[in-house]
Amino acid sequence: MATVAAVIASTHHPFYYRASTSTGAERPPFADEWQAKIEAFRETLTRAEPDVLVMVGSDHFHQLWLDNMPQFLVGKAPHYDANWYNEEREFGLPRFRLDGDEELSQHILRGGLDRDFDLAFSNELRIDHSITCPIITLRPDADLPIVPVYTNIFAPPLPQPKRFVQLGKAIREMVESWESDKRVAIIGTGHLSLELGGPRQFGEHGPDPEFDRKAVEWIANGDIEGCCGEVTLDSLHLPGNATHGFMDFMLMMGVAGEGVKADHVDSLDLFHTMEAYFTWYPEGALEMRLR
Amino acid sequence: MSRYLLDKFLYTVDRDPELVERYRDDPAGTVAWWESEMANSILNCHGLEKSTWLAFTDHERDVLVRQDHIALFELGAHPFLTLTLFIAMFERDHGPLEYQIAFGQRLQHFDLPYPDIAT
Repeated sequence: MATVAAVIASTHHPFYYRASTSTGAERPPFADEWQAKIEAFRETLTRAEPDVLVMVGSDHFHQLWLDNMPQFLVGKAPHYDANWYNEEREFGLPRFRLDGDEELSQHILRGGLDRDFDLAFSNELRIDHSITCPIITLRPDADLPIVPVYTNIFAPPLPQPKRFVQLGKAIREMVESWESDKRVAIIGTGHLSLELGGPRQFGEHGPDPEFDRKAVEWIANGDIEGCCGEVTLDSLHLPGNATHGFMDFMLMMGVAGEGVKADHVDSLDLFHTMEAYFTWYPEGALEMRLR
Repeated sequence: MSRYLLDKFLYTVDRDPELVERYRDDPAGTVAWWESEMANSILNCHGLEKSTWLAFTDHERDVLVRQDHIALFELGAHPFLTLTLFIAMFERDHGPLEYQIAFGQRLQHFDLPYPDIAT
């Protein structure tokens, strides 16, 4: 059976690429600290020696549109082109192409459907910065095949938060039941408190530092019960109008497991958002690597 | 209220470099052209397979022509779409982050709950 080599959750800040590659007067004052934190975070994936990456993110109205909006979608394609014109324009993100792992995609689609998740699928998916940002931060060589999993955190009506946790648990089970000797890292990105296009956007910190503090604690401690006890679709409007992206963190808490503490926890208070980085190593995952 | 159609306008313009420039330079002409040619286009269908019922209200059309992002927020247009397109059109006229910060400040009179964005 496949091994879950690492479980990784983070924010996806589209400005990182430009900040970390800029030099001289163009380089923002926070770039050095940010880059150092990202490089330490990247090492947590590198040492897990993955063969395949399951990448959980959310399309930002790029390919998926309101005339046909899936709640949860799995990519099943041999290749994925990456990034869009408006991401190049606004964030300076590069275009690139990733390979897919169709066998694992098929396994997750079949297994998901059999576990009562009516997953949509796509045989031609151009992925966006919710998946390419973690490629840039964690695996900049973009040399591993991926299975993209998209969630709807963006276009209401949205699934309930508990559904994200349940899907995360199911993805963990499905990867662990995949008949393969591959090492799979499961990576997902979302947001802490975030406001986009509203009155609280682009402040000196994220719009709700208190929510961010609690959220980091829930994730770092694997406190699914505490998190689900407080977070509802309605409550997520309060910390910021784009905070429903936190449900992708909840999905990753489901992958990591109830009460499982993260092995790597880091955060960075930037203007506009709190950035946060978490890695879990399932028991024995690193030891098996040495065989 | 055709909130979906407002979003469709913002979405189709934002993803097309030529339309972004056209809307910046000629808002009234672009909105009129878009409503007559694009509003009823089903995005993944052949041009002959069109919808027949989508139109802006007078107020919505006027808001788009005036490029009034405050009124778009009030109407429940998706704030991510509005922000992205307006940054594309107007950030270039300002210093770093100046436009984004002013955009937020112009919305300061909105309290929670914000206008509903469900379509």
